[in-house]
Amino acid sequence: MEPLREGFFAPRLALCALPRRRKPITAMHIIVCIKQVPDARQVKLDPETHTLIRTGVESIINPYDMYALEEGLRIKERLGGTVTVLTMGPPQAETALREAISYGADEAVLLSDRAFAGADTWATTYTLARGIEKIGPFDLIFCGKQAVDGDTAQVGPGLAERLSLPYAAWVRKIEDLGEGLIRVQRLMDDGYDRLELALPALLTVVKEINEPRVPSLKGKMRAKSQKIPLYGAADIGADLKLTGLAGSYTQVIRVFAPLRAREKEWLTGSVENQVGQLLHKLATRQLIPFDIS
Amino acid sequence: MGSEILIDLDRCSGCESCLEVCPFSALEMRDGKPVVNEQCTLCGACAEVCPEGAIILPETAPSAGPETGYRGVMVFAEQRLGRLSEVAFELLSKGRELAQLLDAPLTAALLGRNLAPLAAELISQGADRVYAVDHPRVEGFTDEVYGEALTQIIRAVRPEILLAGATPVGRSFIPKVATQVGTGLTADCTDLAIDPEKKVLLQTRPAFGGNIMATIICPLRRPQMATVRARVMKRGAAKPGRPGEVIPFEVDWDRVAGKTRLLEIVEELTEKVRLAEADIIVAGGRGLQEGKNFPLIRELADCLGGAVGASRGAVDSGWISYAHQVGQTGKTVAPKLYLAIGVSGAVQHLVGMQSSETIVAVNSDPHAPIFDVATYGIVGNLFEVVPEMIRQLKAAAGRRE
Repeated sequence: MEPLREGFFAPRLALCALPRRRKPITAMHIIVCIKQVPDARQVKLDPETHTLIRTGVESIINPYDMYALEEGLRIKERLGGTVTVLTMGPPQAETALREAISYGADEAVLLSDRAFAGADTWATTYTLARGIEKIGPFDLIFCGKQAVDGDTAQVGPGLAERLSLPYAAWVRKIEDLGEGLIRVQRLMDDGYDRLELALPALLTVVKEINEPRVPSLKGKMRAKSQKIPLYGAADIGADLKLTGLAGSYTQVIRVFAPLRAREKEWLTGSVENQVGQLLHKLATRQLIPFDIS
Repeated sequence: MGSEILIDLDRCSGCESCLEVCPFSALEMRDGKPVVNEQCTLCGACAEVCPEGAIILPETAPSAGPETGYRGVMVFAEQRLGRLSEVAFELLSKGRELAQLLDAPLTAALLGRNLAPLAAELISQGADRVYAVDHPRVEGFTDEVYGEALTQIIRAVRPEILLAGATPVGRSFIPKVATQVGTGLTADCTDLAIDPEKKVLLQTRPAFGGNIMATIICPLRRPQMATVRARVMKRGAAKPGRPGEVIPFEVDWDRVAGKTRLLEIVEELTEKVRLAEADIIVAGGRGLQEGKNFPLIRELADCLGGAVGASRGAVDSGWISYAHQVGQTGKTVAPKLYLAIGVSGAVQHLVGMQSSETIVAVNSDPHAPIFDVATYGIVGNLFEVVPEMIRQLKAAAGRRE
């Protein structure tokens, strides 16, 4: 049997060496979940009122989702397959999907319905799970580690549970992707964990995982013309009691500006004097391990 | 259909207060009155600020009360490599306070091996009962086994509130538990309180990178679950000899599919002091001008026994590695003392450090936004100020020897 197997594999390996005619060993069907968020880089604080100045702030793809998309694209390019981007949001979230296509995503799906509005992470994962069931079979789902507007990091793990998938959060590297298995490194506070997961699986990624590409001209052209299906609650068979505000278990009861105002003290005098005063104050309050007198 | 905010146009005075506070640009003026658009997430900021009370949020809570049969506060006591995490103690202290207000017990869930000494520590720090899963399968952390174990504990013990640290472990597997149990979860809380009337947990957390704060409740489902940021709650004093009970908990492992395997735990301790746990952080920014000046920050940090942080500008310039970055795309820190040296204070940096207890800012520009959050401000040339700090600190250390 051995020589036969070698004979069987050899031509395929040879083919792999030819970049343009690479034959996929395993075509991977990948779903990347993205979210459209306001561009935090454009958000500034009003120095007087300490509130957000958001006039003219553009919407972008959540920065962490860009790493998720890039990783999906890289796997597709290596092994063949498809990358489908999925988002839930208002109709204008279609812009984010078109942008994802310009980077190289093959398909895009928009989940949009007034009944989805006001969803917490519980209702969001329910809706995304229904959308993914509509899309069909997949091998891998990628999410960014969190969205920069909500910062919860709950949708990826919650979605995995909804779909009964194994998952790993904070993935900083994919070590290996074999038949039915994936090996990843998960970033922890004091190092990393190496994990093996059975496919299909869901991964949430951190920015260390890759360096996202720039969109291609060809991609930009395709992004303009590609048809993007929009699914409402009825299209994905969503129970209206479980989506949006009605389906949310948590409820925001108050939103307020954080207390930023501190009693600030300017230190004056010569540099030596200023530093002396500062260290004395810090020492008096036992903030530094020194007795400055 | 009740999923839009209602604006009472007769009451509305057209003052535009709501437009200013809307974090999502969801309101626009048309003919002198606000109109809500598709960006609305029903966050309620507008209703809160409207001086005329003209904005009404859709009714969400049905008349039914919360699920019954749940009692007490449970803390997930995270341990890694046999050491309890600091946040577990902070949660016990806060959990004790909440349990007292509810006149209910405080329990802890503990997963790992050889748990007796850890359980004793939890009891001395306030736990009335510790549910301990001592099993090889929970020796290391995977979402799959931790999630299933904690879910089974919750289903058996039925606490009214469950708290966990907003650590890489807690933030990873607690969402799975909440989904399995079928309840709401609030991430990364910085304040917890009990509503004196309704007895529900008021969970306050920063959103939008810390630019707005939101108070969230879970009115109907139980337990009310929250992950809580480390170093925000204060750890209480240990009371050795405090009575408490350790209850071994048997997990039904047949329910675990075994689709995740932990292969290896790799520790990468590049820093003497870890940023997230440091009491003192000295952070450098673009004001240092060149990479060769960055060691000045490290020298000051060493003098103070602190950790080194950096703004995104300093990291992007290649002066120091990303592991040191503080801010929205880096680490969120809340040390006792934060020294910002040559950091201008972009909002993305401020959100990562503004909960620090005391903030010292050194900057040549008196209008730099970092001074907005500073406790002490020095306007000056950092290349004069920092060496002087180092000199005085070394002199003081010398005197003490």
